[in-house]
Amino acid sequence: MSETPLASLSRRSFMTGSVSAAAAGPLMATSAKAAAPQPAASAEPRDLSAISLRINKQPYNLALDNRTSLLDALRDHVGLTGTKKGCDHGQCGACTVLVDGKRVLSCLSFAVMNKGHEITTVEGLASADGNLHPMQQAFIDNDAFQCGYCTPGQIMSAIGCINEGHAGSEGDIREYMSGNLCRCAAYPNIVAAIMQAQDETRKA
Amino acid sequence: MRPFVYERPASVSAAAAIASRFAAEGVPPTEAAAQFIAGGTNLADYMRLGVAQPARLVDLNGLGDRALRQIEVGDDSIRFGALVRMGEAADTGEIKRRCPMLAESLKFAASGQIRNMASLAGNVLQRTRCEYFRETSWPCNKREPGSGCAAMEGFNRQHAVLGTSNACIATYHGDFAQALIALGATVEVEARRGMRKIAFSRLHRLPRDTPNVETELAPDEVITAIEVPLGAWSRRSRYVKIRDRESYAFALASAAVALDMDGDTVSQARIALGGVATVPWRARAAEEALSGKALDDEAAEAAAEAAFAEAKPREHNAFKIPLGKRTLVRALLETRDMKV
Repeated sequence: MSETPLASLSRRSFMTGSVSAAAAGPLMATSAKAAAPQPAASAEPRDLSAISLRINKQPYNLALDNRTSLLDALRDHVGLTGTKKGCDHGQCGACTVLVDGKRVLSCLSFAVMNKGHEITTVEGLASADGNLHPMQQAFIDNDAFQCGYCTPGQIMSAIGCINEGHAGSEGDIREYMSGNLCRCAAYPNIVAAIMQAQDETRKA
Repeated sequence: MRPFVYERPASVSAAAAIASRFAAEGVPPTEAAAQFIAGGTNLADYMRLGVAQPARLVDLNGLGDRALRQIEVGDDSIRFGALVRMGEAADTGEIKRRCPMLAESLKFAASGQIRNMASLAGNVLQRTRCEYFRETSWPCNKREPGSGCAAMEGFNRQHAVLGTSNACIATYHGDFAQALIALGATVEVEARRGMRKIAFSRLHRLPRDTPNVETELAPDEVITAIEVPLGAWSRRSRYVKIRDRESYAFALASAAVALDMDGDTVSQARIALGGVATVPWRARAAEEALSGKALDDEAAEAAAEAAFAEAKPREHNAFKIPLGKRTLVRALLETRDMKV
């Protein structure tokens, strides 16, 4: 299935995309059918690279400046704004996504380095019929957020943490989730949510 | 961020060839026009801050050689491929069993996400987080040779007390490197002119008058493997790390300790100190103070005194000397008491 992501852009990402598109040419995501993947190597530093990414099982063909982080590619060029920009320096965990099932910080990864990898964002967790992922449901059940800004990163990190086998105890969860900061300090409820969702996440 | 050309070579020789083409006489790898990237957790951050300004990035993740991604645990050594990620190495059961210090130094570093990204070779080459190095509006001899050092009279709470110079007091923050220097590891590097092995203890350079030259590596040399010899000391080994918060912080002080014990007596001690020095720091004087001695509280404290005998504090970091000593004493006694 390949749809044009432009149709689902939020107002914010549309505005961001419009500004950069006007300044620097065709930066927005194109339909997967529209262009065949091209070699990513560029000849001049300011050349755009053709970058094919698989995000939430959908192919995207993008033309991006090499400096574009995976985070900015997701938010500003694909229109998936669920992944949040907190510090943009790898210190807060708000931008956590899964790459090939492993949790990473999308702010510290250049989009061009992610060709051929399977990227999962918070938008890719719920099933097609709208049922939430067990971890999303557990965050609701346990009131595991207040302002909610860190929550997508917390949820993606929690899934990665369980997949790594590091969520066996509350102590382990606190240690292995330490890369995700919550300024509202919802930590006890986040730990409780992860404890609740462990078994179902392993099966999910 | 400075715009850059991106290349993803398929072999070490091709990667080295690209870097060689853009290398210039007397320019260290960290200032070279073409620079290698693996996990990117350090370099991407420093590029965004304008501290690193490569015009060309050579992505090592496309290198085909499988050995670069493998860990081999043998009878006498552990060999890490350079592209093995920190998290994988930290979670390898054989490493936890055969040499706990190695696994602990990785587990207590960074966060789960960063450990999944960061390569082992990139981790040992990570650059200091000195606030004055990170922020380009300050003078910094490491970032801009000859411009001065704002940390000397600035807020230097996290700065080094060992291995400092009049030009630089920036701390080397890595943890894994402390285990590697304590254990006598070797780094294998490859360039177009061939391979060479570098003792880990010689990889990093003291700041002296040229703090911008951080390692012995040439800009076109790719680290391919890290080899750690195992010995009678490996199983009785620990990494103790003291931080401002319990997790996801750099060390204020840390100690990597491995002991070969004959009853209560130390046959051989291997000790390194983190968070307190400008480079990975082997505490030879402390090792010598313990050799042939019964390891009791008094001997541990004498070793700690020896370890910090040359320490030079600044205004805000003098606390690191007593903290570093207590960290080492605790690490020595806990390692002594390990059941192996």
